Amino acid sequence: MTPVTTATPAYRSQPGSPPGPLHAIFLAGTVPLFVGALLSDIAYSNTYQIQWSNFASWLLAGGELFAGIALLFALVNLLRAPRKSGQPLTYFALLLITWVLGLVNCFQHAKDAWAVMPAGLVLSVIVSILICVTAWIGLSQRIPHAGGVK
Amino acid sequence: MKRLSTLTMIGVALLVSACNDKGGDTLAHGADPKLPAPQRGLLPSMKIAEPTPWGDQKPTVPEGYSVTAIAGDLQIPRQTLVLPNGDILVAEGRGGNAAKLKPKDVIAGYIKAKGNTKVKSGNRLTLLRDADGDGKYELKTVFADNLNAPYGLAFADNKIYVANQDALVRFDYSEGQTAAAAAPTTITQLPSEINHHWTKAMTISPDGRYVYVGIGSNSNITERGMEAEVDRAMVWQIDVNTRTYKPYATGLRNPTALAMHPETGQLWSVVNERDELGPDLVPDYLTSVREGGFYGWPYSYWGQNVDPRVKPENPKKVAAAIKPDYSLGSHVAALGLSFSQPVMGAKFANGAFVGEHGSWNRANPVGYKVIFVPFAGGRPAGEPIDFVTGFRDANGKTRGRPVGVTVDPKGALIVADDLANVVWRVTPNR
Repeated sequence: MTPVTTATPAYRSQPGSPPGPLHAIFLAGTVPLFVGALLSDIAYSNTYQIQWSNFASWLLAGGELFAGIALLFALVNLLRAPRKSGQPLTYFALLLITWVLGLVNCFQHAKDAWAVMPAGLVLSVIVSILICVTAWIGLSQRIPHAGGVK
Repeated sequence: MKRLSTLTMIGVALLVSACNDKGGDTLAHGADPKLPAPQRGLLPSMKIAEPTPWGDQKPTVPEGYSVTAIAGDLQIPRQTLVLPNGDILVAEGRGGNAAKLKPKDVIAGYIKAKGNTKVKSGNRLTLLRDADGDGKYELKTVFADNLNAPYGLAFADNKIYVANQDALVRFDYSEGQTAAAAAPTTITQLPSEINHHWTKAMTISPDGRYVYVGIGSNSNITERGMEAEVDRAMVWQIDVNTRTYKPYATGLRNPTALAMHPETGQLWSVVNERDELGPDLVPDYLTSVREGGFYGWPYSYWGQNVDPRVKPENPKKVAAAIKPDYSLGSHVAALGLSFSQPVMGAKFANGAFVGEHGSWNRANPVGYKVIFVPFAGGRPAGEPIDFVTGFRDANGKTRGRPVGVTVDPKGALIVADDLANVVWRVTPNR
């Protein structure tokens, strides 16, 4: 027998299940924003052209906004999960770490001119790797106890 | 962005409250200030003193001196000029049109605006007259309007020169006039793109041939790009007859007031130095301005101290940088300069008055007063003396912020206050 689900809005995923569409958009959308910031940082450190650093600042700010919304979804999912461990917890914890480091990186990028470097570039590398891993884990969560899906 | 700015503000509040880099209570003054190593936490220290009205209170002046408000309800008074007949012209306005390039600019702009007046830019000159010499300026009238953020003022040969934020203009003047007869003549355009530091300070050579105009940098430390700094952070010498100009001295980050030393004829300037290197860096300074001299910005500060935030580097320019004459202390924001005369009283007869607008990039605020730097033999000699204080009240709120200072040969110091929108007059008692 297929489990009967209670009425769930389309934007909200079931407890412990993979992210719903809106959650997935914000989570996956963070990846190009943080990676874009990293690429801009690399361009700035190669050229000293300040506009690349400005781009990096805004891409990071956008990444923080997207990751922050995804983080709220992840928290709700975790709280609603039957078992608060395993993938939902790992995903939430990784996203939280990514978001906090991203915020530190935003402040680092608020320094003037070359004062952003080299710490800004190092943080952008770390945050870019973290968001790729986090999104991968977050988006490959399985539905536990769902009949037929193994 | 809303989310980020709220978080940043919380961060700023935390930083200020938990700050262990407040900086000393005493500032490094004089020719050889002690310079600590640069430091900057994750967030810059920002301390904006909340404005509060003067009420019945007045600034504090030394014993034997009196202070009165000679005009109020102005529209952001900045610099003043005393005309030969004793009338006072007040330049009113606020300029700048720098775009917000980073999230930081949005947030920092919002915070800094809390420490400034909400009054709109006057873009005009107001004339104050005390016809009977009783110290009360009974006439307050608009001398000229429709100007563009006027700041620097100078007078010679029955001409009034006004440095707008984008152009040097000239009015014809005849003694006793209370309003300009016609719109001014433009002598030359001034660099005004972006105008991060928009104030165009000015003074004139004793023979009335050259005016010197201070043009501030277009950034704190090149964060708007090197291209934005063409024709910035320098003093121009402009020949008012031929309307030609040349850079007279460069590397002066923000020369906010210029004056000629009355005995030596030497050009002097107060200069606001760079921020975000810690509470005790970089000293704002008072210096003689040498023709052809380079004073360090952006590559280095106080001589050969390299600023690592500037790329690409320029070791040749660093090696050529002149050390300024006299440190006023970091972040005091000196905006006014006027040389004294014996009529100001024995203790203040020989030296320079300096108006200090006050700090933002320091947990322990400094400035917010008018000081006197004693001179001997045409050079600074000795520690500065407080001349007008009390611009912050006992609770740390700000009642006023001094800008331009002008010595009136009748025996008075005129101080423009751009927070209270008042002009103060300090006189020796007799």
